[in-house]
Amino acid sequence: MTEKIFKDAGTQKTARRVREFSHFRRAFFSRGLVVFGMVVILLFIFVAIFAPFLAPYDPYLPDLKARLSQPSSAHLLGTDSVGRDTLSRIIYGTRTSLMIGLTVVFTGAIIGMGLGLIAGYFGSWLYTLIMRFVDVLMTIPMILLALIIAAMLGGGIMNIIIALTVGVIPVYSRLMCGQTLTIKENDYILAERSLGASHPRIMIRHLIPNTLPPLIVVMTMMLGTTVLAEAGLSFLGIGIKPPTPAWGSMVNDGRDYLLTLPVLSFAPGFAIMLLVFAFNMIGDGLRDALDPRLRGLL
Amino acid sequence: MLSYIIRRIFLAFIIVILASLLVFLGMRFLPGDPILMLITNNQFQDYPEEYLQELRHQHGLDKPLIIQYFDWAGKILQGDFGISILNQRPVSEEIVRRLPVSLYLGTLAFIIGHLLGIPAGIICAIRRGKWLDTVITTWANIGITIPNFWLGVILMYVFGLKLGWLPIMGYTSPFDDFWLSTKQLLMPVFCLIVPPLAGVTRQARSSMLEVLHQDYIRTAWSKGLNERAVVIKHAMKNGLMPIVTLGGMALGHIIGGGVIVETVFNVPGLGRLAASSVISQDYPYVQAITLLVAVAVTFSNLLVDIAYGWIDPRIRYG
Repeated sequence: MTEKIFKDAGTQKTARRVREFSHFRRAFFSRGLVVFGMVVILLFIFVAIFAPFLAPYDPYLPDLKARLSQPSSAHLLGTDSVGRDTLSRIIYGTRTSLMIGLTVVFTGAIIGMGLGLIAGYFGSWLYTLIMRFVDVLMTIPMILLALIIAAMLGGGIMNIIIALTVGVIPVYSRLMCGQTLTIKENDYILAERSLGASHPRIMIRHLIPNTLPPLIVVMTMMLGTTVLAEAGLSFLGIGIKPPTPAWGSMVNDGRDYLLTLPVLSFAPGFAIMLLVFAFNMIGDGLRDALDPRLRGLL
Repeated sequence: MLSYIIRRIFLAFIIVILASLLVFLGMRFLPGDPILMLITNNQFQDYPEEYLQELRHQHGLDKPLIIQYFDWAGKILQGDFGISILNQRPVSEEIVRRLPVSLYLGTLAFIIGHLLGIPAGIICAIRRGKWLDTVITTWANIGITIPNFWLGVILMYVFGLKLGWLPIMGYTSPFDDFWLSTKQLLMPVFCLIVPPLAGVTRQARSSMLEVLHQDYIRTAWSKGLNERAVVIKHAMKNGLMPIVTLGGMALGHIIGGGVIVETVFNVPGLGRLAASSVISQDYPYVQAITLLVAVAVTFSNLLVDIAYGWIDPRIRYG
């Protein structure tokens, strides 16, 4: 008898999950722009992985005979001032942007969530210490903060990742701390505690899963923001060091030849925009689909 | 309400102090000896150790860190931000010269962005799914996406180089030559308007949509109120709350938000100074600008908090 009840409860739970998921799927894929975003991201990932096979030329190899050539069948998007093929550099630049974006967003999420969780869960002086620090970090705009840190550490991929990660940590900490403060007041957490559950168990089993939906949305949005910020730093000449292909610095390099060869600036900028647009649309779609109050509303 | 405001102001001061501490320590932990940076102007030369010691003493660098911090903070309170490493001029002089430029551009962009964005978002929410909504939302989505240095480059190409309507860079004070100044400002201000405009439109639209589906709005409709009354009197107050937060952030970023746009268009504001002094490692400037931005953001956050408490009594007593 008891066994049967348990079994029923189990199937009910699964059934509910399946229903939730199909709701989610319907809300998520019903919007054209969201699907477009998914397709674009998958394409970019494909390009990043298979860059060596897709790029028509070596992105590092100068060809002094073909300097600043106009778009042609040999060089679809022309060549830069030392004769490197723009298309190939954009294709390899996908790797730079995606790699930095993903690393920053995930590292930032882990550190930021950890800090927010500790601050919200344990409260008292830990809360004050962590959240005041976060408040201070938040008073400096992300691009300025990243600029300063990058200047202190010097350019290069690793330092840019560190600089941008510090910039995104506050967003996650705030979110996680707020969520934790609300959720830990629930009676079921108290019940769990009185049954003898440890703090880590409550955090892992209850607090983190409950925060996941808004967290996923924020992470997707932050991917766009991070890619933009990295491009901005590279544009200012502080980000990725040449000759590594980065879209931001390509836009900047192309400015010198704007009148004769605008494609040098336009094409990499368009790539940045397309990638960020896709991340934002997926973020919108996720937000819409994960929030039961919003479902189908936006 | 008063105790709430006092609590908030107190908190804001703590954050400013912490920010100044962070900026101070950040400078101290930079690679390199500050005294060498000060005297050699980044040239490599050998100085006798006794001379360096004396200089350290003169500049107070042999005192405990905490005393140094108070010395430094005391000077800043008197408006003394130190001397530029590169050109040996007082930092505050240059800041005072550049601040109005950034303020002028930033405030223009802030006001126009919000004046257009809020109504645009509300219209989209009311006419959800209609062609107007689709058009505005699409542009807003592009607006939050477009890298503003790239937008700047495109504008330069189209209006500066191809059509020749606008000067491609530079800045003239509106008091010297209003017409030239306006022509020079059109493109950079446009670049600065796009992100807040798009952000505000999107936020206003989504939060208004959320509010418009609530029960009390249905009640307002069923009372027989017309659309204007429902939207303006009932929905807007709740629907625009998130805009206050967003606006507060944008307000704080007015002075430091132009790093990229000012660099693209060669506008002599604080943002470009920040970027160029980071590159030339002229840290006193970096320090001063960072601190200034942190103070501006903190106090605009304070304004937001007070506005929230005023709009929503639940927060005041919470």
